[in-house]
Amino acid sequence: MQAIRTWLSPLIRARRSAPRQAGRRRRERWARRFMGALTLGTVLLVPLLAAALVVRAWPILAARPLSELLFSTDWHPLKGQFGFYPFIMGTLWVTAVAMIIAVPPSLLTAIFLAEYAPERLRAVAKPLIDLLAGIPSVVYGVWGMLTVVPAIERYIAPAVQGSLGAVPLFRSDNPTGYGVLAGGVVLAVMVFPSIIAVAEEVVRAVPDGLRDASLALGATRWQTVRNVVMRRAWPGVAAAVILGLSRALGETMAVLMVVGNMPRVPGSIFDAAYPLTALIANNYGEMMSIPLYDAALLAAALILLLIVVGFNIASRLVLIRLTPAK
Amino acid sequence: MTRRKAKIEEAVFKALMIGSTAAVLGSLALILGTVVWRGLPALNLDMVTQTPKGGYYLGKEGGILNAIVGSLYLAGGATALSLLASLPIALYLQVYAARSRWADVARLALDVLWGVPSIVYGAFGFIIMLWLGIRASLLAGIITLAILELPIMVRAMDEAIAMVPSALKEASYALGATRLETAVRVILRQTAPGLLTGVLLAFGRGIGDAASVLFTAGYTDRLPDSLLGPAASLPLAVFFQLGTPFPAVQDRAYASALVLTAIILALSLISRALAGRFARHVIR
Repeated sequence: MQAIRTWLSPLIRARRSAPRQAGRRRRERWARRFMGALTLGTVLLVPLLAAALVVRAWPILAARPLSELLFSTDWHPLKGQFGFYPFIMGTLWVTAVAMIIAVPPSLLTAIFLAEYAPERLRAVAKPLIDLLAGIPSVVYGVWGMLTVVPAIERYIAPAVQGSLGAVPLFRSDNPTGYGVLAGGVVLAVMVFPSIIAVAEEVVRAVPDGLRDASLALGATRWQTVRNVVMRRAWPGVAAAVILGLSRALGETMAVLMVVGNMPRVPGSIFDAAYPLTALIANNYGEMMSIPLYDAALLAAALILLLIVVGFNIASRLVLIRLTPAK
Repeated sequence: MTRRKAKIEEAVFKALMIGSTAAVLGSLALILGTVVWRGLPALNLDMVTQTPKGGYYLGKEGGILNAIVGSLYLAGGATALSLLASLPIALYLQVYAARSRWADVARLALDVLWGVPSIVYGAFGFIIMLWLGIRASLLAGIITLAILELPIMVRAMDEAIAMVPSALKEASYALGATRLETAVRVILRQTAPGLLTGVLLAFGRGIGDAASVLFTAGYTDRLPDSLLGPAASLPLAVFFQLGTPFPAVQDRAYASALVLTAIILALSLISRALAGRFARHVIR
């Protein structure tokens, strides 16, 4: 009886007071439930993504030991051999090269914009950097094929081969420019904006009092940046770099267009590579006809998701702790 | 002496920083320059007003209207679908769950979703597709892109709504308005420019994404005519035309890339212009 009264209470109240009031309250309640449910659904999307991939990848996860999937170099889907090692290494090589190229200029640019640049220059530079972030990845890929690949083929590879060719890392026996370095350069430009945007914000968030104290003691601006500002900002800067890293790990089309796509473990920055993302994208068409192939590709997507989400959560937690509550 | 060393260090690093900033901005100029330089010669009226005719991929007549229209449908549909969910979520985070632990969890989840690679969304969309029993189609592409755009839109709107002065909300509550009424009548009007920027940002991300529609939207030489039929898209048009061995077709890929880039640039300009116009209604 009580339950029914509670359930009907809006109606009962509606009779008692002005009907408009009850209508407003009811709308309020339903809006709250609806919006809350949508938000909950979004939060659950993360585990749902993982669960859907696990379910679809289960046939291969159950049929092959994890160590074979992760560490075997044999990739022969027709023979039922699915070793992801060359692809995992491809992803790691390209990402590592990209980060080595991208991190120093991104951080220097972020520091410049936060500490040195006049307000007017910043007002021009920031929208342009946002624009760089908005350029579609196929356009990056086109640029890579037209500019980066020929430059490596004609100038960089011969020059490096001539001077450092004895070092295995820089050996060049790949006659084309398509390879790890081309992928790394394109990816580096793609992650510039994401590192710069976050790092700049973190550096600017350092309280002015610290800067003033350092400058008042006679330190130069750079000394202040190096010894005071960066010491305070470094966890956030690290988080910015990891955020860029996770962006680089997951990038597909631009990399696919310039890395050469050879399922071998690269040994030099000029070798062709075949990252996980490219593997999934290149083989979607035929994956239904070979047994276990679709499960293998979705397992690759799962590996990628777990790596990226892991990095992402780690860096977000650092950033949340650093950002002062508004 | 150390003073001089410090001065030199200062100068060296300042030069490095200016050089880095120039390199970052220069790479943007280089990308835009390359696309214009190679795309413009191949771009003509036929490219943007006709669909591919027989032999188009061998270098014969036709255009990429199928991809332009397909991309607008895909990104437009996805943005509309995503907006239906994003706006309530952003309002919920700011109006109902403001400063709660639950809102922090939701924001973390959204940030994680933002970072999920688009190829993974493509794979997820593909799984949804199999589960719903539909083929690669406009609908499947729209659903996948909507999921991809959701975190981008919500976070942009969330940040826009966070800027609303609390006095404005309190004034509305003091007049007896419910939270819903405050959200719809006060906050939406106040934040219209910011919300619109979020919508355009998500649209731009959606129209440029290739990896997620690769599995889900398919590709066709005809204009999309049904939600359940395949739809072409500009990024894939670029990709497939580049994959042909004919230089004439590859030139068209560059022209397609130019069209795509022009759309992105236009969106960025429109969002700046509109943000200025709508700002008239904002109370400061």
